[in-house]
Amino acid sequence: MSDSAHPVVHPAPTTFIRKWVFSTDHKIIGIQYYFLALIAVFTGLALSVLMRLRLAWPAESWPWLEKIFPLGFEGGVMSPEFYLAMLTMHGTIMVFFVLTTAPQGGFGNYFLPIQIGAHDMAFPVLNMLSFWVTFLSMGVMFAAFFVAGGAPISGWTAYAPLSALGEVAGPGLGSGQDLWIISIALFCVASLLGALNFITTVLNMRAKGMSLMKMPLTVWTWFTTAILALLSFPVLLAAGILLLLDRIGGTSFFIPAGLVVSDTVIESSGGSPILWQHLFWFFGHPEVYIAILPGMGVTSQLLATFARKPVFGYHAMVVAIFAIGMLGFFVWGHHMFVSGLSPFSALVFSILTLAIGVPSAIKTFNWLGTLWGGKIRLTTAMLFAIGFVSLFVSGGITGLFLGQTSVDVQLHDTYFPVAHFHMIMGVAAIFGILGATYYWFPKMFGRMLHEGLGKLHFWLTFAGVNAIFIPMHLMGIMGQLRRYAESTEFKFMEPLQPYQEFVTIAVFVTAAAQLLFLVNFFWGMFKGKKATENPWEATTLEWITASPPPHDNFGGRELVVHHGAYEYGVPGAPRDYVMQTDPPLESGK
Amino acid sequence: MADARVENTGLQLWGGGTLPYSVSHIKLGMWLFIVSDALTFSALLFGYSYVRIATPDWPTPFHFWPTIVFATLMTAVLLSSSLTMVLAVNAAQRGDRKWTIRWILWTAFFGTAFIVLHGLEWMGLINQGMTLSGNPWGTPLFGATFFGITGMHMFHVFTGVVYLLAIAGGVARKRFHSEHVEVCGLYWHFVDLVWMFVFPLVYLLSVDMGA
Repeated sequence: MSDSAHPVVHPAPTTFIRKWVFSTDHKIIGIQYYFLALIAVFTGLALSVLMRLRLAWPAESWPWLEKIFPLGFEGGVMSPEFYLAMLTMHGTIMVFFVLTTAPQGGFGNYFLPIQIGAHDMAFPVLNMLSFWVTFLSMGVMFAAFFVAGGAPISGWTAYAPLSALGEVAGPGLGSGQDLWIISIALFCVASLLGALNFITTVLNMRAKGMSLMKMPLTVWTWFTTAILALLSFPVLLAAGILLLLDRIGGTSFFIPAGLVVSDTVIESSGGSPILWQHLFWFFGHPEVYIAILPGMGVTSQLLATFARKPVFGYHAMVVAIFAIGMLGFFVWGHHMFVSGLSPFSALVFSILTLAIGVPSAIKTFNWLGTLWGGKIRLTTAMLFAIGFVSLFVSGGITGLFLGQTSVDVQLHDTYFPVAHFHMIMGVAAIFGILGATYYWFPKMFGRMLHEGLGKLHFWLTFAGVNAIFIPMHLMGIMGQLRRYAESTEFKFMEPLQPYQEFVTIAVFVTAAAQLLFLVNFFWGMFKGKKATENPWEATTLEWITASPPPHDNFGGRELVVHHGAYEYGVPGAPRDYVMQTDPPLESGK
Repeated sequence: MADARVENTGLQLWGGGTLPYSVSHIKLGMWLFIVSDALTFSALLFGYSYVRIATPDWPTPFHFWPTIVFATLMTAVLLSSSLTMVLAVNAAQRGDRKWTIRWILWTAFFGTAFIVLHGLEWMGLINQGMTLSGNPWGTPLFGATFFGITGMHMFHVFTGVVYLLAIAGGVARKRFHSEHVEVCGLYWHFVDLVWMFVFPLVYLLSVDMGA
């Protein structure tokens, strides 16, 4: 026990491979995750731009795109199957390799140990393995683009029986779907290894004095997210194994009897496609919170730092984080209101779903309370944090519509839920990631990002995403159906075509604005102004060490924490902020 | 622990240097892994229950002899392995390296015996025409769930045996101490416990009770 109680700080690596490639340093692993997510997010973005082309001008011919995608653009027009493949891969890449990876694997890895005063994660080698398995998983997923038949067309939810049948059901459902399942299974393993590492680190490795209620809210959200990942990914893993057995083992867990697809009678008996939905959404709903919770933590941290005020209702925030996380396990049925759920269980799922509104509202009002009367510093990071609150409200409020069975029956499979989940799970979470990037970049790379360029990036992105998703809500109410590559064939959707064109143009502008971010990012890495130890005058532990921190994070210092995470504007303190390691105040409580 | 009390009030510093919850990294990590692995098995057993309830004519072809007798023998073997694992942990905590290794090897032996018996049982069933995709008694899902669940469990027993041998090797070379043996024991008992769910749900509930 003694040597695990006093873990030996592993010595700084000397070779290039050990330092940058197979590193066990949580900071390097965090950066590796971040860059993996960066590649994924721009791939996913490119796919959505392609989809928007098809939606706005379905009959248009793009000969130059045929040169790049000879199979998807035969005759210059995107085939509907290619559209569905783009849709599947966009969803999968964004959900797994961006929204799950960047906030938790990236920032969580980098800052969780530093913020609790630890020198590294509890299991550094396991941490390295988690990253490399994630990397392998992404490689396998990207390989699905290049196999015969291309990428799968069954959506990021891989609904059975479409996903279970094989090539007979459509292109990409052969080897493409197999690779998809294998990739997701690998991702599950990597995530649960990462999750148990995070939980152990938080429970066991806090510095002297860092009691649970002194932890920054970012740590609380990473911790809760890790619990969600630990409990939800194994269920997806089991579901993936069963789906793979259906495809290659000849079983029929998810294939019903008497199925006829493309005039082919499927030899199978008595499985249940609904079983896939149960297993998938038991994972899928917590996954939504895996994506958004770290963003909530970052927002709390940023609002407090730049409003120069303590987080309003810290304890209530902690309780709300946990309540949201735990309630998330009991609401998966609200994705299945039209799948033939019994009305009674639909009612229960509906009530539990609406109950999540309570902790969400607590968080929102606490954020507003934090801003109220603060000495606000409108940095780029702060803008993204305020943007997060805005998107959390405008994206979250529509969840109350969709959580009610009677309304959901009408809106199901329209653009309304598409707009809803993009706004909250996609864009709000991305705002969390971007806010975190602008805030922590100086610590990670030792240089500042350009504030002016950052603000331009913020305003273009903020206006852009609203211009994309607000019209999509309206289109959904008017009946625009999701997953359709072409809606002009249907009389009732034809009048909505101008909306499609408007949204596509908004997507072009928003996507182009992200190039500003890339320029800022890489310019900042090499040419940015040198960062000081604590450029934002923040209180948490990452700001007492050098930028970037040394290999063991604190240069051999023994930390003792005396203060809560957000002691801004404390009366009697020498400055307007009290660092967590500052000595206790004379007149203190 | 006094440390834990201080931790809860949040008013004072804990002593520092000790782990706040007095549980080591590897033990906590293994418990968390067990929680997550338990959910994997729960999902499989939930899937089994779901399709079984949804299928009106679920077959119950097993007879007391040979299937149940065989499965009971396998259960006895697995339970014995848990007993020898307890003795191994006990020996490790006494610092008795020789007996630690002996008891671990006995545990690995029982684990291997379980796999061999299980393999023989599978061969018997396969010879009767039961596969993943069909069986002579009714819905193909019967074979699919049977092989899916017991196969996943057998895979866990197999990795457990490998883990045990690695620990035994580490103890022999003095690289591992008693806590490593204890944590390995946690995993082994968990795999054993899973069987205690598989045995009634997959075997006993599939017995032909006669007309």
